[in-house]
Amino acid sequence: MARQVKLFQGNEACAYGALYAGCSFFAGYPITPSTEVAEVMAKELPKRGGAFMQMEDEIASMAAIIGASLAGAKSMTATSGPGFSLKQENIGFAAIAEVPCVVVNVMRGGPSTGVPTGPGQSDIMQCRWGTHGDHPIITITPAYVQEIFSETVRAFNLAEKYRNPVIIAFDEIVGHMRERIEIPEPGELEVIDRKKPDVPPEEYFPYDSSKGDIPPMANFFEGYRYHVTGLNHDRTGFPINACELVHIEEERLLRKIYANRDDIVKNDEYMLDDAEVAVFAYGACGRSAREAVDMARKEGIKIGLLRPLTMWPFPDREVEALAERVKAIIVPELSLGQIILEVERCSKGKCRIDGIFRVDGEPISPFQILDKVKEVL
Amino acid sequence: MGRYEIRFSGSGGQGLILAGVIFAEAAAIYEGINAVQSQSYGPEARGGASKSEVIISDETINYPKATNIDLLLALTQESCNKYYKDLKEGGILLVDEDFVTEIPEGNYRVIKLPIIRAAQEKVGKAFVANIVAIGAITAIVGKVSYESVEKAVLSRVPKGTEELNKLALQIGYEMAKEKVTR
Amino acid sequence: MAYDYSRYLRNDKFPHIWCPGCTYGIVLKAIIRAIDKAGLKQDDTAIVSGIGCASRLPGYVDFNTLHTTHGRAIAFATGIKMVKPDKNVLVITGDGDATAIGGNHFIHACRRNIDITVVVFNNYIYGMTGGQYSPTTPTGAVATTMPYGNVDPQFNILELAKGAGATFIARGTAYHAAGIDNLVVEAIKHKGLSVVEIINACPTTYGRRNKFKSPTDMLLWMKDHFLPVTAFEKLPPEKTAGKLPMGILYREEKPEYTEMYYSMVKRVQEGGK
Repeated sequence: MARQVKLFQGNEACAYGALYAGCSFFAGYPITPSTEVAEVMAKELPKRGGAFMQMEDEIASMAAIIGASLAGAKSMTATSGPGFSLKQENIGFAAIAEVPCVVVNVMRGGPSTGVPTGPGQSDIMQCRWGTHGDHPIITITPAYVQEIFSETVRAFNLAEKYRNPVIIAFDEIVGHMRERIEIPEPGELEVIDRKKPDVPPEEYFPYDSSKGDIPPMANFFEGYRYHVTGLNHDRTGFPINACELVHIEEERLLRKIYANRDDIVKNDEYMLDDAEVAVFAYGACGRSAREAVDMARKEGIKIGLLRPLTMWPFPDREVEALAERVKAIIVPELSLGQIILEVERCSKGKCRIDGIFRVDGEPISPFQILDKVKEVL
Repeated sequence: MGRYEIRFSGSGGQGLILAGVIFAEAAAIYEGINAVQSQSYGPEARGGASKSEVIISDETINYPKATNIDLLLALTQESCNKYYKDLKEGGILLVDEDFVTEIPEGNYRVIKLPIIRAAQEKVGKAFVANIVAIGAITAIVGKVSYESVEKAVLSRVPKGTEELNKLALQIGYEMAKEKVTR
Repeated sequence: MAYDYSRYLRNDKFPHIWCPGCTYGIVLKAIIRAIDKAGLKQDDTAIVSGIGCASRLPGYVDFNTLHTTHGRAIAFATGIKMVKPDKNVLVITGDGDATAIGGNHFIHACRRNIDITVVVFNNYIYGMTGGQYSPTTPTGAVATTMPYGNVDPQFNILELAKGAGATFIARGTAYHAAGIDNLVVEAIKHKGLSVVEIINACPTTYGRRNKFKSPTDMLLWMKDHFLPVTAFEKLPPEKTAGKLPMGILYREEKPEYTEMYYSMVKRVQEGGK
């Protein structure tokens, strides 16, 4: 059977990707420019026997997907800007309680209400550090409609595999643009489910790391009666006050992600082999950069692109390696300069770093990038 | 075929985003060439200036926005004034002749058609003006077949309005064909 | 023979964190008796809480337990119930947790009439943080953040719940401990959102600052200020001034949320619109 071909918005592809991954619960609250994700889920979930809930607010939506996940469902919420701020406390809860879930942030412009209908990339640091306390997080940054579908499946896989919240962040341009997509057949993309305990209930500890940093997860109502809390806890799930154990457990949470960074980090590397200048860009800027690379190559200018599909954990080694062999790394961002700070940190002064920043609601064009490349060469 | 950029512009509520979606769908799904549709919009659902862009190409389309427009459709004077500067040299400015009366100076070809009037008088429904416009654009662009566009129109319009929309498409196509071939 | 609570308790988690004189232990025992009497299976029951002294209760009981963020217990519980509508979901919350920071979730759960049993431990104060005034602190009472006497008007939790659409409301007190069992049993059996308010005493952060000489005085205050609803309704207004009724105050059969949702799902799956 031929694959179904559709003209989908990025937001629609995200919803269908979630369904492909087995998402059966969605809770959300209307907000521009992410609302289409909720609208597709509201339409499609009932057909599949799943549940969609428009909650009373963003906080409740985040809470509900965590509850749903504990009850055994793969769950997701989607939001933008102010809504993403509101969800932060419960994202931290999901991180410390190790509850798999997926949070979509279709990024708009500005702090506060900002520019609701315009694109932005200024939540990228919030994706990493939005909730309080040390915590592990994974953030996926797709840029093409087809890629949003498959990366949403990957986001669910990573959430289930690592028992962690996974954020999918893309800007309004990518969320709202329509592009041709071929819907993969069932079985074509890998779908991972959480690892269940292989011990009887009386031997089960919900945060038992004796066999690895990722403890198997029993769902509620499966006979494994355990306790889940946002307090720092030990392997039994109950709160602890022994400070040295807090330290050990928090380190495990970070290690769970960082020790597996090679499995999580994913980049699109384009024409980097002989590049003299590299562009580090994601989302809409990543698309522009790819166009700029093609344009430059036609003029004989050797530039390449490092486009992260996983932003957190950050592709630190890749950036450092790149910095060792290029003259400069250009970082175009729909912000006043956020991810450039990470590029600067990881390049360790080994090459020049230049930013192109724009927050006027318009994308950074390939011409702007090309001009910058010519300036640094 | 290289990159070809089309911008649909007018007032919010005229169905221009849908027009862009239909044309992109015709190209990407029924014609099998690459197409990307994007839009920018304000908070209002009706009124204001609205634009929708479609880029078609045989090559991968990375940059989704129109910057060097091959064909600009303007259904209102406001949208014409706002966007004509983005037309490339030798591009085409397609206007509704009743609503865009002041044509800005520039190095491009102007095609004037009574798009909204045709929808009103020949189809009997002003709301199919966007489909009339798609018909005209199909004839002007020439890179996406009439059959593909018709299939896309029929897949997107509400049930029971198929004949109306087919007629609108045909009227737009024929009006423009006459101008293009002349 | 004394009732054996141990099969429902996580016995190794004691002693609990509650202060001497706190009435939460009394209510915990009543809730266990009620769950037992209602016949809920431990594996099929989730108990969810927010933040505060009352919200520590789930840690002590042997069910599927979830101690969430401040005010959000009902929202977490809603996610659980939507995924497993055939399971039992109880929420344990406090006055601040339910009606201040969690007020929005509280009223919307009432509006939906989702089948969750919400037990609100009302001790008129934020106890865990040391005695700040809550939405139920009596006007005039002293709290660390109202050192000159509370000027805030009080919420009536049950009127709020009823107004928002809850289909079962009941009130009990820690003093009338034996009466709590039946209220919770009926709340659990009720199909829809049920709210049981239990009046509790916080001698440490409320009683001491408000002229209660001992925890016993606080229990005696409950004895004097709460009347069975049948008696309450027979009395003239001058005799009930400053007092509140207890018992099952309101009960109504209305379509339950998960039933409505999944009947829509069934209709969609069968090809309806």
